[in-house]
Amino acid sequence: MGTQGYLLTVITFLPLFSVGAVLLLRSDDQIWIRRIALAASLAEFAVSLLLLRGFDSANPEYQFVERHAWIGESIQYHLGVDGISLFLVLLTTFLTPIAILCSWESIHENVKGFFVALLLIETAMIGVFVSLDLFLFFVFWELTLIPMYFMIGMWGHDRRIYAAVKFILYTMFGSILMLVAIVWLYGKAGTFDFPDILALMQSGQLVFPPTTELLMFGAFFLAFAIKVPLFPLHTWLPDAHTEAPTAGSVILAGVMLKLGTYGILRFCLPLFPEAAHRMAQPIAVLAIIGIVYGALVATVQTDLKRLVAYTSVSHLGFVVLGIFAFNTVAIQGAIFQMLSHGVSTGALFLGVGMLYDRRHTFEIKQYGGLATPMPVLMSFFLFISLSSLALPPLNGFVGEFLILIGTFQTHHAWASWASSGAVLSAIYLLWAYQRVALGEVTVEKNKTLPDASTRERIILATVAVAILFLGIASPLFTRRMEVSVNNVLEQTSGSRNASRPVVAPTAPGVAATIPHRALPAVAELQVRP
Amino acid sequence: MLLLNHLWIILALPLAGAAINGLLGKRWPQSTVNSVAIGSVVLSFLAAAETVREFLGLAAAQIPFIGNYFTWMVAGEATPHPFRVDFALQVDQLTVVMLLVVTFVGMLIHIYSTGYMAHEGGYYRFFSYLNLFMFFMLTLVMGANLIVMFVGWEGVGLCSYLLIGFWFLKKSAADAGKKAFIVTRIGDFGFTVGILLVFATFGTVAFGEIFSQVADKPVDVLTTICLLLFAGAIGKSAQLPLYVWLPDAMEGPTPVSALIHAATMVTAGVYMVARMNPLFSRAPAAMLVVAIVGAVTAFYSATIGLVQTDIKKVLAYSTVSQLGYMFLACGVGAYSAGIFHLMTHAFFKGLLFLAAGSVIHAMGGEQDMMKMGGLRKKIPATYWTMFIATLAIAGIPGFAGFFSKDAILEAAYSGPYANLLLWGLGVAGAGLTSFYMFRLIFLTFFGEPRYDEHAVHVHESTKNMTIPLMVLAFLSIFGGWFAAPKLVGGIDYFEKFVAPVFAAYAPASGAVSPVATEVPASPAMDLLHALTGWPVIVGVLGLLVAWWFYIKRPDTPKRLAQSVHGLYTLLLNKYYVDEIYAALIVRPLLWISTNVLWHVVDEGLIDGTVNGTATVARGSGAQARKLQSGNTRSYAAWVILGAVGFTAILFGLLGVAR
Repeated sequence: MGTQGYLLTVITFLPLFSVGAVLLLRSDDQIWIRRIALAASLAEFAVSLLLLRGFDSANPEYQFVERHAWIGESIQYHLGVDGISLFLVLLTTFLTPIAILCSWESIHENVKGFFVALLLIETAMIGVFVSLDLFLFFVFWELTLIPMYFMIGMWGHDRRIYAAVKFILYTMFGSILMLVAIVWLYGKAGTFDFPDILALMQSGQLVFPPTTELLMFGAFFLAFAIKVPLFPLHTWLPDAHTEAPTAGSVILAGVMLKLGTYGILRFCLPLFPEAAHRMAQPIAVLAIIGIVYGALVATVQTDLKRLVAYTSVSHLGFVVLGIFAFNTVAIQGAIFQMLSHGVSTGALFLGVGMLYDRRHTFEIKQYGGLATPMPVLMSFFLFISLSSLALPPLNGFVGEFLILIGTFQTHHAWASWASSGAVLSAIYLLWAYQRVALGEVTVEKNKTLPDASTRERIILATVAVAILFLGIASPLFTRRMEVSVNNVLEQTSGSRNASRPVVAPTAPGVAATIPHRALPAVAELQVRP
Repeated sequence: MLLLNHLWIILALPLAGAAINGLLGKRWPQSTVNSVAIGSVVLSFLAAAETVREFLGLAAAQIPFIGNYFTWMVAGEATPHPFRVDFALQVDQLTVVMLLVVTFVGMLIHIYSTGYMAHEGGYYRFFSYLNLFMFFMLTLVMGANLIVMFVGWEGVGLCSYLLIGFWFLKKSAADAGKKAFIVTRIGDFGFTVGILLVFATFGTVAFGEIFSQVADKPVDVLTTICLLLFAGAIGKSAQLPLYVWLPDAMEGPTPVSALIHAATMVTAGVYMVARMNPLFSRAPAAMLVVAIVGAVTAFYSATIGLVQTDIKKVLAYSTVSQLGYMFLACGVGAYSAGIFHLMTHAFFKGLLFLAAGSVIHAMGGEQDMMKMGGLRKKIPATYWTMFIATLAIAGIPGFAGFFSKDAILEAAYSGPYANLLLWGLGVAGAGLTSFYMFRLIFLTFFGEPRYDEHAVHVHESTKNMTIPLMVLAFLSIFGGWFAAPKLVGGIDYFEKFVAPVFAAYAPASGAVSPVATEVPASPAMDLLHALTGWPVIVGVLGLLVAWWFYIKRPDTPKRLAQSVHGLYTLLLNKYYVDEIYAALIVRPLLWISTNVLWHVVDEGLIDGTVNGTATVARGSGAQARKLQSGNTRSYAAWVILGAVGFTAILFGLLGVAR
């Protein structure tokens, strides 16, 4: 684990630093507040691209590692990225300038506070992705909630207070359980350091009795599953998405939901491998229910933004399914799907937001025939919809297909059920598109709506290029993920073997031949250290 | 080897045309849009022709010739089951046929469209979509693995969606586009799972690598794969029970119906089954299913065609029916006959649609044949070309359709997978085909005009429309003659050309090639046999009955309709299949999604639980409020209290605190 400067610290805290700059400006100097925020986020994106240059895709270890004592001995400032978090960081830095640009004209009240919140969220989200110390991770994790709570509650739409409170209570509930589990882990391991804890597990010094492991897994998983959100923990999402301002929805759908799937992959699997395997079946079933359920409920929505919100339940179901297939291809697909969903669904919210800016309503009935007054905006909307409904060779297809093909290797039925999601997504997106864009203009006001402005065209063209690029050049992404994914899979099976020192105290390779069904009984006999 | 080494050029040309017109065409005059659109397709055809010329010089060992361009998807490279998809294109004999048909017919229809669409808005948009369609269709037929093929497959579906809904101001057009996409996607669900099973079974998606392992795989797995893939074909090629989108697709401009919904895209399913023949040939049960679906569809949709009055709807049901023949051919192992029919059908059905478009154009947009009549003299070029196409589809000896349909029915009758019942359906369908096609001709071009001659100024179409008609008419006659020598004991050149594709991986035991193995008694007897066989008899019979019904005794149809009123209504309403689907699938699904999933599960059960918890919390909060009033702070307090409480409980419960 070589130290490569302070790049991650810079990337993590540059937005926070820019918050300082924004705070120095006068509150009514809206133009400069916007400009500084945009410039800062663009600089952030540029700096984050440096990660790609230095990243070694053959290295299974964390890279750009920074490690310093922070609070006492046991809490460290420990950062690093691997092939799993690398692109999630880039996704964050890519979407933030877009979120800022899309709020350019739609936010009028307390502009300063809004951009401060947005930049704070960026720091917090990146912090979540790069933290390797569980305490640090938790701090960033909680830090994402507060600015988002205010963003929904202060700049949101009509039912914003209800949505904000629901959002914070739902996620807090999960967070508390996770905090308990983290503290408990510390109690067992004597450290908050994630790689150290894994090393202790590998060496057999840290062993969890099965029931305890299951409880701890549950505590972590619940926090992450609420965030994803996994059916049936999803009902905060339609409200939060619908009520949030456009930038909030873009960030929520684009990045925040991935904090959950990232957490599952990063922490739940390696820390509690046995429990993860034991719970794989029920979790996969919930994921598949989510895929179908989210799609069906999306189909019948009368509110366009709510419709898009429900599609996330469906698409994130694919990600969870891919993770619990315990298969390299499926997990690579799952990570790719996280990126892909971030761009596509973020883009759908951008489109919906642009309609809202013009008409101040999300009701589908209020639209119709928009392709006539605004052909450019509607063409982009169709293109984004196509990417979301997984039309090859666009990005959505690559992610979904990798998940399906990987999952199918081990679980024919799971993948087959999940495949039906492709039919359903075509139904809800094309139907929605028809009701919004096609036919005669039915509402008089809509006849004179202006087409996409230059600013909007820049935003939409940027995401369209990203969609095409992700779709066609997918190996550039998946190849950088593979080693890390294999690493996680190895940890997920390796530490399972190490938890049975009776059979093979230090030779996981030998132990690997014993079928894992026999494990719980054996592990039950362990004396806790 | 100039172009063979750069196969991508054939695809890139129409893609470039689509991009250029799509991005810049809005500001350009029609002539510039034309040059880009036609130019790219003509060049693509020339590139394809040159490729074929070079291909013919290849040794057998070099076929299929594969060009590998870049790695498109890759995952799990270091694992025992790496997944890797290259963007690779290939040329073999089957591709050659498809390549020439697609680029040549596509080119003609592009030219025709410059006349047909001349007065329409969104001219550049139309040609951009049409070029994009060419790109995806060529990707489909040239893809060297299932995934690249699937890219083309979904892409043509997209273009079909865009072009059916081209006049998107009309709700029916937008509906039809959406229906086409969704119904074919239902089939694609099977196709997708089929691809998954292929990869799980063979560890690859490349055609050559799949085929070389096919002999070692168990029959039941192959059968499952074939049935899943065939589900995709059923959707794309509009077979029972997923054919319902194709008649509606006639909402699109007529050149689109000709190109996409007759000559090329809808035949993709047939192409796919033929492409995957090494698998199908080893899965007799799957082949039987293919044959049954094909034969039943061929007959079934022909019956609906009998009573339709919209000229394009007749042709649409006819297309469904003819596609059924192609599947029947594949199902009885006569792949080359199926592809042969695919080719001749592209000529004569493409022509029928273009001619119908010319009629509609001449009639000022009228599509109801009951409001036509007597057009023969007024639009002679359209009449003659359409008449030739009708002779071809009716299987009148000498015309293209005769050779291809005869080959199919012969294989169904005496081939290795012969099935007399299916043959009977095919023959009956052929009779119906002949009847409804001549009915169309007689209603449109013969008799007295049934329209207001003062209001409608019937005029022949312009040259750019009639010349493509004539070229296709020529092909509708001579396009089948590759097979003609066989009638006098010679060789079917078409079959001989494509045979390697179907023989290379054929199972050793079963005879897959439909080549009649027995030596004919004498060439003359053979000819006589073919000319007096059932397909010809029913074809002529259909003609005569149509003549009796619509020329000799024009009151017969009405009387017949009255005497078998129930049957007539059933056919007129297309067996009420759309209504049945709506009642059994669409409406229940929407109702359940709205009233059960959304309102009960989401808002009732889940949110009810959440809000219930909140109510309890609020109740106790009301008590707490007496002590503390600031609500943000009280939330924070509760959160901390909760955290401490949870920690205490968990730690106490587990006894793990140190």
